[in-house]
Amino acid sequence: MRDPVADKLAENEARFVDISGVHKLFGSGKSRFHALAGVDLRIAKGEFVSIIGHSGCGKSTLLNLVAGLYLPTTGTVAVNGKEVSAPGLDRAVVFQSHSLLPWLTVLENVLVSVDSVHPGKPKEFRIAEAKRFVEMVHLGAHIHKKPGQLSGGMKQRVGIARAFAADPQVLLLDEPFGALDALTRGSMQDELTTIWESNRKTVMMITHDVDEAVFLSDRIVLMSNGPAATIAKVVDVPIPRPRTREALLEDSHYLEIRKELLHYLIGTGHAAAA
Amino acid sequence: MIMDTGKSPAAAASPVKPKPKPIGQHVISERPKPMLAGLNKMETNMPKPLVKPAALLPTPSEDPERAARIRDRARTFIMPLVAIFFLCLFWEIYSSRDGVTLPGPIKTVTESWKLIAHPWFDNGPNDKGLGWQLLSSLQRVATGYSLAAVVGVLLGIIIGKSAMAFKALDPIFQVLRTIPPLAWLPISLATFNQANPSAIFVIFITAIWPIIINTSVGIMRIPADYENVARVYRLTGHRYFFKVMLPSAAPYIFTGLRISIGMAWLAIVAAEMLTGGVGIGFFIWDSWNSSRMSDIIVSVFYVGLVGLLLDRIMAKIATLFGTSGD
Repeated sequence: MRDPVADKLAENEARFVDISGVHKLFGSGKSRFHALAGVDLRIAKGEFVSIIGHSGCGKSTLLNLVAGLYLPTTGTVAVNGKEVSAPGLDRAVVFQSHSLLPWLTVLENVLVSVDSVHPGKPKEFRIAEAKRFVEMVHLGAHIHKKPGQLSGGMKQRVGIARAFAADPQVLLLDEPFGALDALTRGSMQDELTTIWESNRKTVMMITHDVDEAVFLSDRIVLMSNGPAATIAKVVDVPIPRPRTREALLEDSHYLEIRKELLHYLIGTGHAAAA
Repeated sequence: MIMDTGKSPAAAASPVKPKPKPIGQHVISERPKPMLAGLNKMETNMPKPLVKPAALLPTPSEDPERAARIRDRARTFIMPLVAIFFLCLFWEIYSSRDGVTLPGPIKTVTESWKLIAHPWFDNGPNDKGLGWQLLSSLQRVATGYSLAAVVGVLLGIIIGKSAMAFKALDPIFQVLRTIPPLAWLPISLATFNQANPSAIFVIFITAIWPIIINTSVGIMRIPADYENVARVYRLTGHRYFFKVMLPSAAPYIFTGLRISIGMAWLAIVAAEMLTGGVGIGFFIWDSWNSSRMSDIIVSVFYVGLVGLLLDRIMAKIATLFGTSGD
């Protein structure tokens, strides 16, 4: 006996983020630019998916479509069964350029999203909530500093705290560690996995760092080169969690996947250059 | 920056401050010998405030950077004084020629000493000190300028946020803002039938354009990053206004406000010459009619000082409210 309600729920969870037949064009007339051509992607609830590809392949466009900052020219984007028509707190974004408001303190920047999630709650509650998220990213000592007084990694941690404070259904990371030096990036990745392991949010992350993608993701989506970019390949990452960098180096899948990704990227890199 | 200035010339020259080497006598003896014996004597015996600190400084070989910094700072004070001295000298020479009615600096000070020494005398409505004249002009400027600031910022926000309002109003503003302040005065007098509100209106209409234009540019240039943050994290209504829009546009708004205060002060003198009453503009005009040239020169000097002061105050406020950047 099959339960239709349970089936429906399972179906919904399997296609928690549902991108189907999406084309995105910018501008019109001669300056028209075909950014995405026929993208189909499903992300299950609690899944960590990375999108990787060369610059200008429409990765960020895809993320902005899920965020609702852009709308698809044709096709649909749906999250949790609802079509995306505008940005919202259920799809929090960690921006590439951290995009903290420079005139607000760390706490106030996180409060921006807490206040939107709990508009009716008393101020003490909201401040305590914001503090909780600032402490989650280990910035408790810098709570009253302005972004200008923080290092690049710290700023991005505030961006992550702000996104998690929105309690989103989907977390969208747009090259979150792209602007950081290699050492900071490593520790930020460790921190992100720890946070992710504890709450298992659905995550869509843009990156062009192969190791980062393998270390963090359940699946990796490879994009073809633009214009008119689309999904070229989807690679599963069957490495057991929790993952550590040391264990990763021992893992037989790791080198294989890494090789596959690099082969693809180097190949398309030559094609793009030719 | 400010902490840095604390330990330069005065502190370095101060004999009270404990130092590894005693300053004063010791350093003076180390100084390179002057060419002339007479000069040497004069320097050591006479109290010369401008030279004395330099004499107590560590020699350049000790700390060349600090010495350069002090020399530079001394120059910023001394050079304007030198320029003023020569300006007054040429002025005096020019005024002393035959047939020139312009009083020289010495004659100006002696003739108008009453005006310089007693800015706050009050012998009835037609004979008040310069302080009162400037104060009533400042009052008019304050009223007109405050109105312009409020209306200008609001209009700037509207045309900055709405493309439609921008298309509709921008051409009108572009024409209106080129009209010289005084051209508004007859219209203003016809409308208000009174001198004081007319003068205030002239200030208002002069000051408003830079505020509108700079505010609207500031609003249009809110970085897309911040707009995206506002959209994703649902910053709407007053939260958007106070957390994103105003702080982001603040540097532009304050630039507009600073340009405007200068223009308002330029306009008030001209407007008051025509409207009369108590005020520095009419005082200058009245002095001209009674051939008190030295009074005019003193007044003009004060007009300049007050203008400079207004500009500096606005600049200070702008840095207080200006964003720290990222």
